[in-house]
Amino acid sequence: MIRTGLYGVMAEFKRPEDLVTAVRTVRSRGYRAMDAYTPFPIEGLADELGSHFNILPGIVLIGGILGALGGFFMQYYANVVALPLNIGGRPHNSWPAFIPVTFELTILVAALFAVLGMLALNGLPRPHHPVFNEPRFELATRNRFFLCVESRDPRFNRDAVRKVLEELGASGVYEIDYRG
Amino acid sequence: MMDPRRNAPTLEPANAPAYTYGSITDKIASIVLSRPTTLGWVTGFGIAFVLLLVLFVAVSYLLVRGVGIWGINIPVGWGFAIVNFVWWIGIGHAGTLISSILLLLRQQWRTSINRFAEAMTLFAVSCAGLFPLLHLGRPWFFYWLVPYPNTMALWPQFRSPLVWDVFAVGTYMTVSFLFWFVGLIPDLATLRDRAKKKRAKIVYGILAMGWRGSAIHWHRYETAYLLLAGLATPLVVSVHTVVSFDFSIGIVPGWHSTIFPPYFVAGAIYSGFAMVMVLSIPLRAVYRLQDLITMRHLQNMAKVMLATGMIVGYGYLMEAFMAWFSGNTYETYMMQNRMAGPYAPLYWSLIVTNLVIPQALWFRKVRNSVPALFAVAISVNVGMWLERFIIVVTSLHRDFMPSAWSMYYPTIWDWATFAGSIGLFLFLLFLFIRFLPMISISEMRQILPTPQPENAP
Repeated sequence: MIRTGLYGVMAEFKRPEDLVTAVRTVRSRGYRAMDAYTPFPIEGLADELGSHFNILPGIVLIGGILGALGGFFMQYYANVVALPLNIGGRPHNSWPAFIPVTFELTILVAALFAVLGMLALNGLPRPHHPVFNEPRFELATRNRFFLCVESRDPRFNRDAVRKVLEELGASGVYEIDYRG
Repeated sequence: MMDPRRNAPTLEPANAPAYTYGSITDKIASIVLSRPTTLGWVTGFGIAFVLLLVLFVAVSYLLVRGVGIWGINIPVGWGFAIVNFVWWIGIGHAGTLISSILLLLRQQWRTSINRFAEAMTLFAVSCAGLFPLLHLGRPWFFYWLVPYPNTMALWPQFRSPLVWDVFAVGTYMTVSFLFWFVGLIPDLATLRDRAKKKRAKIVYGILAMGWRGSAIHWHRYETAYLLLAGLATPLVVSVHTVVSFDFSIGIVPGWHSTIFPPYFVAGAIYSGFAMVMVLSIPLRAVYRLQDLITMRHLQNMAKVMLATGMIVGYGYLMEAFMAWFSGNTYETYMMQNRMAGPYAPLYWSLIVTNLVIPQALWFRKVRNSVPALFAVAISVNVGMWLERFIIVVTSLHRDFMPSAWSMYYPTIWDWATFAGSIGLFLFLLFLFIRFLPMISISEMRQILPTPQPENAP
């Protein structure tokens, strides 16, 4: 579905402290659908935006467990079930010799889950997004801090949001459409 | 009285111009985006490319004729290929150490050097990976090392350290790549937004995957980055441990020793920091990054080298001590042969380059002199290469039965493959510094002092 109309109202700030204040104020006015865009991570900002729960460590743990079990039983299958060989009278299931590969695969699968999980949770790759429609937004990867209150918020009202953001000392307030 | 500079931020305000979020972005991005391709870069790239062609010739000839073109034969079946493999992979270890262990230890100074140290890791591991594959004899069957159901109903032998190597190096390569690429994503987005040319915008845009710096994304990104650092830390220790198992699991005199894993890991970090030093000294001069890669960085790296070098020295000492203390004829003879046998000049060169010369780093004067640091770093790289040569060759060439003894001399093809691998490394490095930011821009912005001046550009 191609959506049209207003995506949200975006404010530009020069300093990270101003952005954090703005997020707090806007949320205290009852708005919930919003996101902040910054050139570097700002500690606690996700928390201010209402994103308290991070599932990623759990995903990585699952990846690690899968890697360990998969790694060990792959070797068990190969050297005990499928191709048992007598190497100097050692037991077929000589598990201490299987530890290095088990360890490496634990790390490998956990790391893959960490990266792919992070990208999936963030909805990346996503080549286009409505916020890119604003030409000033390219400074979000340089030295400007943006806050976008989205129109899907039930309390959203274009003029009220504009007014709040302007009062907060934004150096610019822009209306962002779904289509550029 | 505590030295007030101890807690100084990475950018020493005394000698750094006051950077802002904007100016630091422009400075690092402009190296890639707007700096014209200089004659120096073209010359360096040209030399690297010629060496890369040497590698192509050497490998092509190897594929035609087989490993007989190298100097290896029984009893020395492991020659340059394994020496170079261990040397390159050791060099890679400093990159992971800088990017993950120093991140976990909150050593902020790492920020200026972690990106290109990670790139160095990736390229060094690529060079390392070549050698065992070429040494296989029939490299086109390399995939037989990977467990997969096949019509021959054969499976790899998981009790063998050489199979562990496949998994250790494969995992190391993959995780190093992930770590490096994840670190690059926000900077690729910066380049996408700063690029003026359409083609650059498209390429960086695809690679940035639509990164827009959302605070919620940053939160997950930082979690992922920290978890990757936590995973890479034991990984880097395990990789060189597994490499040392290639030797220490065998019963060859001089190899069968429990000191090998820690001593190999320390040696790896030692040579890796030396390589970071060798690369960063010319880079900071050519690209005028002295205010980002400061003397403090070079001094810190020198101290890490001094510490790891002492562990390596302890390893040498213990090898000699245990050879005597064990009372084992073969071990004792191995040590005598190293010190006074046909390869003795190489052994003593190793002691001088790897153990004696680096002691100069105890002196503040040496740590403050860029040319001296460069010379010591080169010496360590040579010394670490000699160390692997000594370990591989002196143990094999006179093992148990004197009737089986023989000498190993590298051929022109051994040297060509080694020189070619340096070419591959430099080739990748030159491309990297031309097309990707060699210092992490987003991390630099993060460590700038706050608050920033009002109305900063």
